[in-house]
Amino acid sequence: MIRLKVNGVERSFEGDADMPLLWYLRDHLGLTGTKFGCGEALCGSCTVHQNGQAVRSCALPMSALNGAEIVTIEGLSKNGTHPVQKAWIAMNVPQCGYCQAGQIMQAAALLKRTPSPTDEEIERAMAGNICRCGTYQRIRAAIKAAARESA
Amino acid sequence: MNTNTIENVSRRKFLRGMFSTGALVLGVHFFPEALWAAVRKPLFGPDVKDTTFNPNLFVGINRDGTITIVAHRSEMGTGIRTSLPRVLADELDADWTRVKLQQGIGDARYGSQNTDGSHSIREFFDVMREMGGAARLMLVRAAAQRWKVSPDECETRNSMVIHTASGRKLSYGELASAAAKLPVPQKQELQFKPSARWRYIGKSAPMYDLAGVCTGKPLYGLDTNLDGMVYASVEHPPVLGGQVKSYDDAEARRVKGVLRTIQIPTFKPPYAFQALGGVAVVADNTWAALKGRQKLKVEWDNGPNASYNSGEYRKMLQDTARKPGKVVRNEGDVDAVFAKGGKIIEAEYYTPHLAHAPMEPPNAVADYRDGKVTIWAPTQNPQAAQDAVAGALGIKKENVICHVTLLGGAFGRKSMQDYIVEAALLSKEVGKPVKVTWRREDDIKFDYYHSVAAMYMKAALDDSGKPTAWLQRSVFPSLMTTFDANTMYGAPLELGMGWNDIPYSIPNLRVENGPAKAHVRIGWLRSVANIYHAYAVQSFSDELAHVAQRDPVEYLLDLIGPPRIIDLKSIGYWNYNGNAEQYPIDTSRLRKVVEMAAEQAGWGKRKFGKGSGLGIAAHRSFLTYVATVVEVEVSDKGEVKIPRVDTVVDAGLVVNPEVVRNQFEGAAVFGTSVTRTGEITATNGAIDQSNFHNYPVARMNDAPYYTKVTLVESTAPPAGVGEPGVPPFVPAMCNAIFAATGKRIRELPLSKHSLSA
Ligand code: FES
Ligand code: FES
Repeated sequence: MIRLKVNGVERSFEGDADMPLLWYLRDHLGLTGTKFGCGEALCGSCTVHQNGQAVRSCALPMSALNGAEIVTIEGLSKNGTHPVQKAWIAMNVPQCGYCQAGQIMQAAALLKRTPSPTDEEIERAMAGNICRCGTYQRIRAAIKAAARESA
Repeated sequence: MNTNTIENVSRRKFLRGMFSTGALVLGVHFFPEALWAAVRKPLFGPDVKDTTFNPNLFVGINRDGTITIVAHRSEMGTGIRTSLPRVLADELDADWTRVKLQQGIGDARYGSQNTDGSHSIREFFDVMREMGGAARLMLVRAAAQRWKVSPDECETRNSMVIHTASGRKLSYGELASAAAKLPVPQKQELQFKPSARWRYIGKSAPMYDLAGVCTGKPLYGLDTNLDGMVYASVEHPPVLGGQVKSYDDAEARRVKGVLRTIQIPTFKPPYAFQALGGVAVVADNTWAALKGRQKLKVEWDNGPNASYNSGEYRKMLQDTARKPGKVVRNEGDVDAVFAKGGKIIEAEYYTPHLAHAPMEPPNAVADYRDGKVTIWAPTQNPQAAQDAVAGALGIKKENVICHVTLLGGAFGRKSMQDYIVEAALLSKEVGKPVKVTWRREDDIKFDYYHSVAAMYMKAALDDSGKPTAWLQRSVFPSLMTTFDANTMYGAPLELGMGWNDIPYSIPNLRVENGPAKAHVRIGWLRSVANIYHAYAVQSFSDELAHVAQRDPVEYLLDLIGPPRIIDLKSIGYWNYNGNAEQYPIDTSRLRKVVEMAAEQAGWGKRKFGKGSGLGIAAHRSFLTYVATVVEVEVSDKGEVKIPRVDTVVDAGLVVNPEVVRNQFEGAAVFGTSVTRTGEITATNGAIDQSNFHNYPVARMNDAPYYTKVTLVESTAPPAGVGEPGVPPFVPAMCNAIFAATGKRIRELPLSKHSLSA
């Protein structure tokens, strides 16, 4: 049995230990905010926090998660009040929006580590997150706005 | 004089169905008069609790003052779900903060719901105003009755009717019951607000679902969750049209969570929106279905397309492009000019197949019970989904209910309904709700691909460097092959996308199209044939400017020629189904965006060192005029950066400027993917690419650093905004690379070329 915490709630899992966290979150817990985009750690749609780090839940088997603390977009803040979410809303970042939970989780982890990132640091941190709609320039601007807000 | 044999009645009729040429067929009168009377009890109209006032299919007003507006077009990121209801709300004088949107299910009574071809605003702008205006008039009449005054003495503001003289007020909620008892006004009785009084039209507004998106609410197709639902994933025949010879599912069924496997028969040609066929694994969670698929052992009969190799096919297309083709526009006599000799320039261009790769892969949930099926799916066209599912299950269209979720991107892919048909077939077989999930690999390998194309260009230049004759020929497998495998030539709508509508002022001009057969499914992808046509025309224009030793912007303006209206009725130009009086080809508008883009980018004023430069291109598509200047920086190692893009857009009246800017910023990124790395190839009929490692799309570090979008203020009728940003971007970027490196990109993608110094 695998025990872990998801958004502060204790959970236990007895299914297929090969199952990636992504499908556990989506199918078992009904936390569908975390998205499936590629299944191969190539796009970042499925990004969540594991012990504060941004990770790709599609490539993280349940077997590796005993004792882990996971935070998903649903648990990032109450009512979308995280500075990154506020900046995303203020800058009208999303188009289709599908990638944005992953982008927000990635950006939130970046700002925790690097409170006022340079362009280069932003690009390096965000390069794993694809937005097929092409909202990158707004993502960059929103990260900077969130950094100012939290400063 | 003009040879145009493409015009073909049955095909035109057919196009109406597929491309919802509603604007043409039905125009602003699309909303049937009969409906005005019948809409009192809409079957699937606004789902208003405590409804007292429900004047038509699109709007309902509650006694508590909340207003429900139906968004009947699909939201895939263009903001249409917000923008169209705001047109209605404006004419209704509704308080937007009290508006709730309800996504319309597939229902023919809404008119076309085919959210494709960038025509939602154009087609429904007037309809939305009529819907809002009719409701407002009824509320005003109800108030006037109560006050015993003339309706002319009343005005409306923010969900209130006000008696101007006395200052008395009644809210829409208070008036709803009384208004509901009044007759629906005739269209002629409506008086529309003058544009000066618009409060929402032309003003930026955030997307309705913005907060939900940023907090991870279940809004998308893949988020659908029904009680008792099972999960399926389908192993498709690797080659289009292939069949299952035999399969062994013993190991697959041993995977924990796998319930069973089901064979889906291969479609009967033409494939249209039918399921591809193959073997489905059904499980109690998505992961088990995916894992079960890996354990399937399937023997395939690959069928006739197994001989398809994209490398050979490409040579064939290029050969065809060198030979005379079917003439689709002809002015003067290019042959006579070419025969005279002088300065003759030729060039060939090539663009490969592309996959859509929307971020949310195709998926659908279907629940079949007692001869009826309910669908929840990210679809651009719920009515086509109804048709496709009804056809596959042999039931009536009205027994298919199709709910439309948000679409996690689409770009045309979700106009094709094959994945929805799969879910419906499987639910019928299993007797439970079924969610079908396509992996990214399925999405890339089994797309309806954007056409591969070869273009041949030839021009004769006079002493001043201006073309006296211009010949262009394109060859590509038509997307009409989706519906008729024997189609060999481009359809009018494909040829009318930046090809036979070339807006140049050249005395001798011939436009041709050559034959090609398709071996993969062909579909429409964001801006469709405009991509390869604009790439060839705008690259060749830049080549000629350099041959003539002229400034590319000035040269482009000379090619476009003096301000005028180009009349192409004689060749049956389709004009995106826009009427030619309302939406002429107006070269003054094209010139203006070119001039503005050049000015905005500092064209001719900025100095560029080695490895840097600007490129320009301009293109009219979806009735919108766009010019784009791209700046590139190419390192010695050949790495390309895009520091800046300047795009100027004349899309006529713009309903929501902020989302339009977002669309054009995004189009620059989409165009970057097309230019840099977009390429689908096939070996022995099977697609070689599978996921983002071998079908890369632009990431933040590949994308333009900054795209400045300027919208031309215009009172022209509204035109498309979702697609027209892509076509000019691609050649503008290639022209910039030429300016920076002297290397001409005649074949996409860039990843095939070395740009190192
Ligand atoms: S779904 Fe996990 S990185 Fe793409
Ligand atoms: S907003 Fe659509 S993929 Fe990013």
